[in-house]
Amino acid sequence: MHPAPSVIVFTVLSGAGFGLLAFLGLGAVAVTGWAALLLWGLGYALAGIGLLASAFHLGNPQRALRAFTQWRTSWLSREAWAAVVSLALLAPVALAAVFGAEPPAALGVLGALSCLVTIAATSMIYTQLKTIPRWNFWTTPALFMGFALAAGAMLSGRAVLAALLCLALGLLLVAAFRLGDGRFAAVGASLGSATGLGAVGSVRQFAPAHTGSNYLLREMIHDVGRKHAARLRMIAVVAAGLLPAVILLVLPASVATVALAALVHLAGAFAARWLFFAEAEHVVGLYYGRR
Amino acid sequence: MTALPPPSAKKLGLVIDLDTCVGCHACVTACKGWNDQGYGVPLSDQNAYGSEPSGTFLNRVHSYEVQPEQGPAQIINFPRSCLHCENAPCVTVCPTGASYKRAEDGIVLVNEDACIGCGLCAWACPYGARELDQAAGVMKKCTLCVDRIYNENLPEEDRQPACVRTCPTGARHFGDLGDPGSAVSKLVAERGGYDLMPEMETKPVNKYLPPRPKGKAEEIDVLAPLLDVKATGFAGWLDRILEKL
Repeated sequence: MHPAPSVIVFTVLSGAGFGLLAFLGLGAVAVTGWAALLLWGLGYALAGIGLLASAFHLGNPQRALRAFTQWRTSWLSREAWAAVVSLALLAPVALAAVFGAEPPAALGVLGALSCLVTIAATSMIYTQLKTIPRWNFWTTPALFMGFALAAGAMLSGRAVLAALLCLALGLLLVAAFRLGDGRFAAVGASLGSATGLGAVGSVRQFAPAHTGSNYLLREMIHDVGRKHAARLRMIAVVAAGLLPAVILLVLPASVATVALAALVHLAGAFAARWLFFAEAEHVVGLYYGRR
Repeated sequence: MTALPPPSAKKLGLVIDLDTCVGCHACVTACKGWNDQGYGVPLSDQNAYGSEPSGTFLNRVHSYEVQPEQGPAQIINFPRSCLHCENAPCVTVCPTGASYKRAEDGIVLVNEDACIGCGLCAWACPYGARELDQAAGVMKKCTLCVDRIYNENLPEEDRQPACVRTCPTGARHFGDLGDPGSAVSKLVAERGGYDLMPEMETKPVNKYLPPRPKGKAEEIDVLAPLLDVKATGFAGWLDRILEKL
């Protein structure tokens, strides 16, 4: 799949943003005044920038409001609702924290739950696609949730919890890479089944359907970026998982330590999310003799 | 709504005969010709006469080489377009309701006025049947020529999809696959028509007819007649004399 920058930015930032908002909603850190404004502002900014970025990959963004209509069937529509509901539920909690009032705890818990639902809905947009076997697996929601919780714990200053979550995330990444490699073969789609000609003999492409490129080749049969996949996998595991955990556990607790850990973690998250797309193989590639 | 309707009794679709398709791409051209000026926005091209031409098509014809365990390899031409699946994943993923399956005849269509161009339906389709138009930013797909098949302004014989109408070898058939008595259903039963990628559980309406088993090719030595030289004239007389000695 084509690793579109807008979608990578969207999923990484909004994941971190909703993770942070969930921790803030649960009252993970007692902040008031300017500190609260900065922290809640960061959560809202990350979630908001992410959602804005997602609009950039639309062909007709002016119709984006229509995406709220099909929540009965579409995970994308459910994600849109969950995101808006989360931001609305947590707004009074955030305002109470900023202005020094008693934050409504029940609303905070509800908002935090809604944030988790948003992250789950985002992951289900990818997980539901049978056509992309690597995504159509339990590791996809686990990874999205893992990234959001690790970033949320980190940004809300829960150093030890964040370090543990980062280590768990590292293990999860290794598992997702390893298990993901076998998914395409496990699903069993081949050029033989795609054309039905497997019953006659072994099939190979003789002439492509078109000599130029097209939407399918650009969007779903993006195989050029996998050259450095092995190295990027290492970078993702180290930067998203191991290194932030070490930074949080070894360096003295301070805002600078958290900021350093968060930046390293985000770099790893971008590498991991880039691979998430670039390594995903769509079954339509079979028709073109590529994956 | 992007919920799938209950299975319709009428299931309009195509039956494509891989035995007779010669890979001429006439269906591709006819499809582009008709759908450029009828349903929805035109099928745009980018850089059509440049070094890297690209464009939106609703139908593509691949060519494959199939090597049976015994006997020579075969070239099989393979038209690929929307299969109007009963369990269409492209419909249920749509966040806006633009992608829908008609309850009355099972045709899968896109309401382009509601399409935001997110591309998720194209991701959900195993067959690459959907292409996002780069000029209009909306999803394009085979409409089964819905603006031809019910069009009473057209002569009766033209009320079928453009690809079927134009196919010079009769490799494409259009009809109601929900009616077991229809010509297309009989053809599928007779020739062992099959689904593409059944493991994706999409339940396609369109069916493909397999190439007929080929008999063993007769050994023909094309050079033999040329080597069988009959001597004439003096050489012929000499030939006859020498044979008699």
